[in-house]
Amino acid sequence: MFFSQLALYEQAILALAAVVLLLTFLMLVHPRILSVIKLFAWQGLAVAATTALVAYDANAPHLYISALLTLLLKAFFIPWLLLRMVDRFDLHQELDSLSHPVLVLFGGIILVVFCYHTTLPVAAQLTAITHNVVAICMSVVLLGMVMLISRRKAVTQVVGFMALENGLFFAAVAVTEGMPMVVELGVAFDVLVAAIIFGIFFLHLRQSIDSLDTSRLSRLSERERD
Amino acid sequence: MNPTGWLLALLQTLLFVAAAPLFGAWIKRVKCWLQNRRPPSLLQPYRDLRRLFSKQVVLAEHASVIFRLTPYLVFGAIIMAATVTPFITLDTPTTAIADAIVLTGFFALARFFLALAGMDIGTAFGGMGASREMTVSALAEPAMLMMVFTVSMVASSTNLATVITSIEHQMVMTRPSLWFAALGFLLVIVAETGRIPVDNPSTHLELTMIHEAMILEYSGRHLAMLEWAAQLKLLVYAVLAINIFNPWGIAHSDGLAPLAIATALMAGKLMLFGTLLAAAETVLAKIRLFQVPVFLMLAFTLALGGMLCFIILEAG
Repeated sequence: MFFSQLALYEQAILALAAVVLLLTFLMLVHPRILSVIKLFAWQGLAVAATTALVAYDANAPHLYISALLTLLLKAFFIPWLLLRMVDRFDLHQELDSLSHPVLVLFGGIILVVFCYHTTLPVAAQLTAITHNVVAICMSVVLLGMVMLISRRKAVTQVVGFMALENGLFFAAVAVTEGMPMVVELGVAFDVLVAAIIFGIFFLHLRQSIDSLDTSRLSRLSERERD
Repeated sequence: MNPTGWLLALLQTLLFVAAAPLFGAWIKRVKCWLQNRRPPSLLQPYRDLRRLFSKQVVLAEHASVIFRLTPYLVFGAIIMAATVTPFITLDTPTTAIADAIVLTGFFALARFFLALAGMDIGTAFGGMGASREMTVSALAEPAMLMMVFTVSMVASSTNLATVITSIEHQMVMTRPSLWFAALGFLLVIVAETGRIPVDNPSTHLELTMIHEAMILEYSGRHLAMLEWAAQLKLLVYAVLAINIFNPWGIAHSDGLAPLAIATALMAGKLMLFGTLLAAAETVLAKIRLFQVPVFLMLAFTLALGGMLCFIILEAG
């Protein structure tokens, strides 16, 4: 059988990819904002660990730097930044429940199947051990998008955006053993800057509509509806 | 047909049936410890059963034959389920006869008659319990079957003995599909056996009960059999979870030494599993009935995710 013939660390790469998918699904439906941020930190950790293992597998030392960068940014710094905002806006008990979690979960599953089907030709071209991970990466990207449209609070939407970026990074690692270092550094700092800008955006949102609920932005009138 | 195999199957089933109240008592004991209460004796469920068996059966005036037949059918179906489940040895003819889908079928048969009996008397509680039980099981059963399909795809067989042997051959559990299936199955166990986040087996609070509402009208030996069946069902699910996802140490032959080792290991694993279950029940609060579909959808997603992981990551 294919899976049991692999070396242990190669099995670990695939298993970690599955863990990333699982964490994305949990982030998609978890009702508590605080837990969603923590899940995002775990997802960053899983992506960083996978990157390090791929670096070992492909003997590509520059990937270790990407892994370290991911670990610092995605697993520690950005979650810390978001947690600090949770502190500042006092969102510890705040919920962001989906109105139809069952539908979202089922839609997520269908998306995974869709991604698997569409990436089959891509995966067939690749020879690396990670060729099967492509479908997972694309699903993480699409699930991040689902999170962006299904969540209502700004914080969880930002987490969805970051999860999407995690998926893209993961795809780059899995398919091409990492992009050139310059590109990766650029993307990493882009994400960092985005996180900071989102913080300012939260502040403005809070000041102008006194809530982080973005669904209230779709109303043009400033007056409360009767 | 070797007679030793059949004898072993019979003994294994007897052990299953005899150990079921003890497992329930162990969970209760750990729960009491965790909640700073004094636990009852480990033999208390046996005493309860003896008391119930010696009591007179009180039947409602309008009870039909279904109501009287159900305890025997339910108890029988769950014992059949216990018979086809590998407990301490794989080398029995009964595990070769039936597979995991038959096992699910036995549980469904028991549930069907229990729900009918709940509605038979015509009390409000019976009907309410039956409708809730069917709602929960309609969602739990697909998740259970999806878990079965995932492990069957890994092992290329739905026969439980083959599945367990094939999982035992991998020394380290690295397959993500099996992790997902295991997680989903744990949620299914909680829902199917009526444990805390879904149902509370130790209360008769009318608004929340599911299983207790269905058997509210039963008394005497009928009630004893239904309670015993519920305990046995919990043990069968626990043994399934242990043997499918952590089978190391199960006996393959009918020698005395492997059987003794397997029994001791199984007892240890069951104690650990019971402790985990009790800890989870202490930490978690019962969820609202309308949250149960979300809970079970998560179980279904996990099991289906396991299957997708197998197809995407492990197969090709």
